[in-house]
Amino acid sequence: MEASFYLPIIFVGLMGLSMLLYAVLDGFDLGVGMLISRADAAERETMIASIGPFWDANETWLVLGIGILLIAFPLAHGIILQALYLPVMIMLLGLIMRGVAFDFRAKARAEHKERWDRTFCIGSAVASIAQGFMLGQFIIGFSYSAIGIAFSFLIGFSVCMGYMLIGSGWLIWKTEGNLQLRAIRWARRALRGTGVGIVAVSMATPILSPDIFHKWFSFPNIIGLAPIPLMTVALFVAMEVLLKRLPRKDDHWSWLPFALTAGMYVLCFNGLAFSFFPMIVPGQMTIWQGASAPEALWVILFGVILVLPMILGYTYFSYRVFSGKVRDLRYD
Amino acid sequence: MDDPLILSRIQFAANITFHILFPTITIGLAWVLLFFKLRYNATRDAKWMGCYTFWVKIFALSFALGVVTGITMSFQFGTNWPGFMNTVGNVAGPLLGYEVLTAFFLEASFLGIMLFGTQRVSNNIHTLATFLVAFGTSLSAFWIIALNSWMHTPAGFEMIDGKAHVTSWLEVIFNPSMPYRLVHMLLASGLTIAFLIAGISAYRLRRGNDVPEVRAALKTGIYLAALLIPIQIFAGDAHGLNTLEHQPAKIAAMEAHWETSGNVPLVLLGLPNKETKSNDFALEIPGGASLLLTHNVSGEIKGIDAFAEHPPVAPLFFAFRIMVGVGMLMLCVSWLGSLQLWRKGRVAKPLLWGITAMSFSGWVAVVAGWYTTEIGRQPYLVQGVLKTADAVTTVPASMVGLTLAGYLILYAVLIVAYIKVVFYLARMACDGGKRMDEDKFSSSAVVDVVEKQ
Repeated sequence: MEASFYLPIIFVGLMGLSMLLYAVLDGFDLGVGMLISRADAAERETMIASIGPFWDANETWLVLGIGILLIAFPLAHGIILQALYLPVMIMLLGLIMRGVAFDFRAKARAEHKERWDRTFCIGSAVASIAQGFMLGQFIIGFSYSAIGIAFSFLIGFSVCMGYMLIGSGWLIWKTEGNLQLRAIRWARRALRGTGVGIVAVSMATPILSPDIFHKWFSFPNIIGLAPIPLMTVALFVAMEVLLKRLPRKDDHWSWLPFALTAGMYVLCFNGLAFSFFPMIVPGQMTIWQGASAPEALWVILFGVILVLPMILGYTYFSYRVFSGKVRDLRYD
Repeated sequence: MDDPLILSRIQFAANITFHILFPTITIGLAWVLLFFKLRYNATRDAKWMGCYTFWVKIFALSFALGVVTGITMSFQFGTNWPGFMNTVGNVAGPLLGYEVLTAFFLEASFLGIMLFGTQRVSNNIHTLATFLVAFGTSLSAFWIIALNSWMHTPAGFEMIDGKAHVTSWLEVIFNPSMPYRLVHMLLASGLTIAFLIAGISAYRLRRGNDVPEVRAALKTGIYLAALLIPIQIFAGDAHGLNTLEHQPAKIAAMEAHWETSGNVPLVLLGLPNKETKSNDFALEIPGGASLLLTHNVSGEIKGIDAFAEHPPVAPLFFAFRIMVGVGMLMLCVSWLGSLQLWRKGRVAKPLLWGITAMSFSGWVAVVAGWYTTEIGRQPYLVQGVLKTADAVTTVPASMVGLTLAGYLILYAVLIVAYIKVVFYLARMACDGGKRMDEDKFSSSAVVDVVEKQ
């Protein structure tokens, strides 16, 4: 096999992996960011403390994902980011707002804290909606028609709901007492929203994209694909049943909502990957047309193979160090 | 203002200017934090831990600003300069990739432990985390400076069908200007943080916060500055000679030297006039530029007239003089401060005031220096390989203008907030001995993580 054939496949896989890790990891802290609007002052401290040690590293997965697009598929990076210019800029404004608010809120004057909290919440929501919007634009091949924009906002809404779901799952796992109970209620609401979003998106996508319609509903693809929606439905049912029964004695299973939501993310990503492979820009460019020269890809792959296990290792170490429940010491 | 090229340049310049402020602080501060921590480990003197806990908060704030503005950069390569990656992606891609892989994750992951982990890990692991964060910030600088230097002095590649292909990675990474630029930038970062630490400590002393912790930090800042500034002047000179060799047009513009000649005067101040191709109101030292650049009073230096393409003169001329001027001021202040500390063991009131005023002087020099070198590369994006105009986006100017306005407002708010919060943290720290335990910053002490069992 030619290196120019399989290297782009490896890199698109790595990019997908980074984006998936980004969605799960930064997804939970963006979700927590949006949920603080529903919490009181004491709960906010705990919620924000629960993501404090992690959010910097979580956002790095986005830099890696976009970085792989930039370095492995430079032509596609230019086309996609120019087509998504405005939503990208808005997402970045959102990420900047929330990132700085996170650090300013704890260091600025107490009377400004409320304002930074609002900035944190709004920034998280703006970034989430913009990310969903961009995904929507990507799916329909970049169209700013009225339907295209409506569809993209629909995905923006679904992504928000999905992030709030995984954010609630994180809080159920990492907190206890009253906040945990509230997080369970938030999760149930977000689960419905996510469900509505996924169903609507799954119906609208094949209607708006003939390519995807063809891919999904032709034989034998339809048989190979069927497990994805079926398993997603199974996860939704399991989640609904589980959330009704939480919290359990001794906090059993509190990690499960987070894990189930991550499972849904994996399934959605598989669905997307299947729908688009091997296109890197839908309808315009395949991964092979957009890839960098093999010699540049080899150099990066060498680094990835060497460093990625280390990154995963110390990410795991960092989560271990901060394992267990988060508590607000001031009230103890 | 309807030209996407000029708007894209302003937007990118605004972002990268705002971004560089924070890595400049974190690169230097991370090593100083390690120094504080090691001093504490060695002496077990609480004042060093006091220094650490105060400055680690400023580190966290600066790091957050660096991260979010850095994410912006990774997108703007594509949104503003799609031609850059299309042409030199095979060179730039791996360098950026290695920065993310080897440095970003390292810093970001261990930052959590460094900030919030004191109760959760052993002292040695915490020291190690501090070291890894410091190492990560410098490693990140290494890769990004390698790429930036390559854009000034490209080497180790060949052009095939209009695209750069690497022939030697060693030559790409260690291109002719890279060692000079890296050293110059790391020293600049050290000086920036030395003056920030000295400035904020002087501010606290002036407010009557005369405690061992503040004195130790002041001493660290002043001695560090006094040590680094002569090395920096030497390194800057070497970098200038390197530029003369590889980018002579940049030097001609920096010195506002219009016509090729020998015995070139050093223009200290003046107003470069591009209409008359001369300098108005010039204050000159005869033969000075020849002496500095060729080490010979009558040495010939190429003037702007020797170059068909050259960068604009006035911005370079002034930016360079601002950088050098701040550097000279740093030399005077840090040596005077060191002298007073050495002779009397304390710094006199008027100088404390001056040091406070210079808290952020490093930023001024760093930005002026970067403007000198980056504008000095124009009209090229990659010297001799790719013109800036050929790499620009096709996004309509109106959209670039709209987002530019949004960013400028946001950055103005953030820079004001940042400086105010740094001084506010200093005032809070002044308010008595309570500060150690109350510690309401970050989530570090407010919230501890308690094991389930």
